[in-house]
Amino acid sequence: MELVNIILQGVLVGGLYALFAAGLSLIFGVMRLVNIAHGDLIVLAAYIAMEVIKLTSLPPLAALVFVVPLMAAFGYALQRGILNRTLGGDLLPPLLVSFGLSVILQNGLLAIFTADSRKLDAGVLETASVSAGGLSIGLLPALMFATAVAVIAALQFMFYKTALGRAFRATSDDAEIAELMGLDRRRVYAWAMALCLGVVAIAGVFLAIRSNFDPFMGPGRLIFGFEAVIIGGLGNLWGTLAGGVILGVAQGLGAAIDPGWQILAGHVAFLLILAVKPRGLFPRMDG
Amino acid sequence: MTQFTLSRSSVASRVAGGVALILLAGLVAAPWWASSSFLHLAGEFAVYLALATLWNLLAGYTGLVSVGQQAYVGLGGYITFSLALFLGVHPVLAIPLAGLVAALVAVPVAALVFRLAGAYFAIGSWVMAEVFRLIAAQATALGGGSGISLPASVTKALGGKWLREASIFWLALALGAGCLALVYGLLRSRIGLALTAIRDSEVASTSLGIRIGRVKHALYILVAALTAMIGALISLQKLRVSPDAAFSVNDWTAFVIFIVVIGGIGTIEGPILGTIVYFLLREFLADFGTLYLLFLGTLAIVVMLAAPKGLWGYAAERFGWSLFPVGYRITFKD
Amino acid sequence: MSDGLAVENLESFYGDFKALHGVSLKVQPGSVLALIGANGAGKSTLLKSICGLVSPKAGRITWRGRDITGLGGAQTVALGIAMVPEGRRLFKSLSVEENLILGGQIGRPGPWGLARLYDLFPILQEKRHQPATSLSGGQQQMVAIGRALMSNPDLVLFDELSLGLAPIVIKDIYAQLPKITGQGMSAILVEQDVTRALGACQQFLCLAEGRVSLSGAPRDHSRDAISAAYFGT
Repeated sequence: MELVNIILQGVLVGGLYALFAAGLSLIFGVMRLVNIAHGDLIVLAAYIAMEVIKLTSLPPLAALVFVVPLMAAFGYALQRGILNRTLGGDLLPPLLVSFGLSVILQNGLLAIFTADSRKLDAGVLETASVSAGGLSIGLLPALMFATAVAVIAALQFMFYKTALGRAFRATSDDAEIAELMGLDRRRVYAWAMALCLGVVAIAGVFLAIRSNFDPFMGPGRLIFGFEAVIIGGLGNLWGTLAGGVILGVAQGLGAAIDPGWQILAGHVAFLLILAVKPRGLFPRMDG
Repeated sequence: MTQFTLSRSSVASRVAGGVALILLAGLVAAPWWASSSFLHLAGEFAVYLALATLWNLLAGYTGLVSVGQQAYVGLGGYITFSLALFLGVHPVLAIPLAGLVAALVAVPVAALVFRLAGAYFAIGSWVMAEVFRLIAAQATALGGGSGISLPASVTKALGGKWLREASIFWLALALGAGCLALVYGLLRSRIGLALTAIRDSEVASTSLGIRIGRVKHALYILVAALTAMIGALISLQKLRVSPDAAFSVNDWTAFVIFIVVIGGIGTIEGPILGTIVYFLLREFLADFGTLYLLFLGTLAIVVMLAAPKGLWGYAAERFGWSLFPVGYRITFKD
Repeated sequence: MSDGLAVENLESFYGDFKALHGVSLKVQPGSVLALIGANGAGKSTLLKSICGLVSPKAGRITWRGRDITGLGGAQTVALGIAMVPEGRRLFKSLSVEENLILGGQIGRPGPWGLARLYDLFPILQEKRHQPATSLSGGQQQMVAIGRALMSNPDLVLFDELSLGLAPIVIKDIYAQLPKITGQGMSAILVEQDVTRALGACQQFLCLAEGRVSLSGAPRDHSRDAISAAYFGT
């Protein structure tokens, strides 16, 4: 029973990891960009939520009403202003610019908010739980997982059933010819990044409710998201959810053996899958 | 029929070569004429120059952008301390041994990490560094999460204060100059030609028979070994290892990347210029703490967008400068 | 002539290579211009310069009296110039129908729409939900043509229409060409098969090494003259 509980908790936290990863997956699919600052943007969202709550006294999840559009707008501006200039074939510029961005975000947040650990208080949501069949299912983890599923379902729908998704797919396939259809790739990429940071906002708020956060948590979140994407397979959002779940379960099992093993166990699971199935479990595209 | 001559060097590069030799001679004698703090600073300079030159070899020439070289810096430190503490190996001897161990470790690491490409390779290398760090934090014999200091008995093996400082300095100088010379020699050789070909077009170079995979693997392992030796030296200089310090992304990767990007990626002179700029900036801005890193990050972005080849790359293109020529010069006789 | 396409002294590059050295041509409204020449003569670069995928270094392109030199692909399609690219270049993540719909996204009014296209190429209706690149070469060419037509262009650029297609397929497509270019639409046709090209056009232009070596109406020039111009002798 204890084992089942551990696995269940791992599955649910996998939802959070999938939220971390969904944006990464989307951006890579559309413009082959891996944003090293992705994790730091999740942390940025957490801090923005914190400030919004200070100003409005809204409960954390309600603050999303403000944080999502703010982050989306920031994403649009970031892509159009800086990241678009790095795209164009060469690997180094987007990687190094996003690396610089990561350093700026971490130290900017440090300068403004200090290194103090923060947390958002979601009140009863954090401790409430439901009992089912001898298992205790926390309301917050269940909500995180449900949100991940909903977000991924929404992204899938957008991608395959809307004009915007069509624009994303076409630009990703052949940006040059997409231009002949009236699709300006600069704007398409900017919309993709706006969408990505909207998802990042949701991930950031959940992160901030679930645990403490500080300016330097970014790289850790990036790595979890990245591992979920690779385990699940490139180009497959549902695969990313599976990847997150596997990561969460591995970490849970590791923690059960020894608390210091938690994150390491996740890395080991990632490396094992990388060794045995380099393209991930359910790949749909090549890197 | 136009006549032309083929040469590998120019007047500027020959002058630079002469200047470098004089500089090197002066530095070798430094323990006798310089202060402790100068030796310390110069040693640090050599260490960063070496790390930057090696990272540049991987990223600028082999196309392997690693954000995880700190794995080997830390590994070098931990191997050295392990050898000294548990096997009684003399610390200085531990340095090349650490390089050897790192080369062996790099083989399976490369096998895993090379399954990823491009930016995913970068993050994958970062994950590996995290794995090393987490394992080190679990090693209670080496102090676990807080790390361990080199005991006095081992420190004595390095000699009295003057000899210890001089030795560390000479080793740093040797590693710095050695890495520079090695990379220069490598790039002037056929391997260097192969690398440039790969950089220009992987498809074309494969069709010419260049075994790209083999070349990349070999270079990755070589750089791992040398980076570990540098890490070994760093740990001896600090007389301490701890997981967070030894495997620090900021200290051993972020700064190195900034040095190479600002100095000029894909050139040999770039890391030299970059290290100089970095130390100058540090002199004037380090008091400002976080603002310093903010500035570095912004500068790196601006350079990458405006002058992607860095300060040296821009100058080299504009003025045709080259101090470490790796190509050939054709001079037409008019 | 303010109603068609006029290109004056165009100089364009293909990467670092100068592909066009001062090319001039005119396309009257409603007529087909065949663009012939050996590989590397600059035909594709010329088409790409016209539709905006390549920015010319010198010279001028005028379309219906308006200077369109250097305008991007998104703008030229809004002005009525569509391209059927060399090698089809369909969007592989999109179905046949999605490729076609995307072609019409620019929203120009006109006679062409899904219904009319499916009339012209019935096989596409049958396969409309399949991934575009899962179709045969000839069918993909139909999709590429359809995608261009969906933008209701007034000038269509066909880049290597028959490349990689079986002869019977080529015959079919050319049989449909008058249906496509009828009703006042102009076209520039780049075609390896010189005989077919000359048979489908009112005017032709021959490029050799980035320069115009011969131009005019097919019936006014002998095969020998055209051959010589083609090979640059």
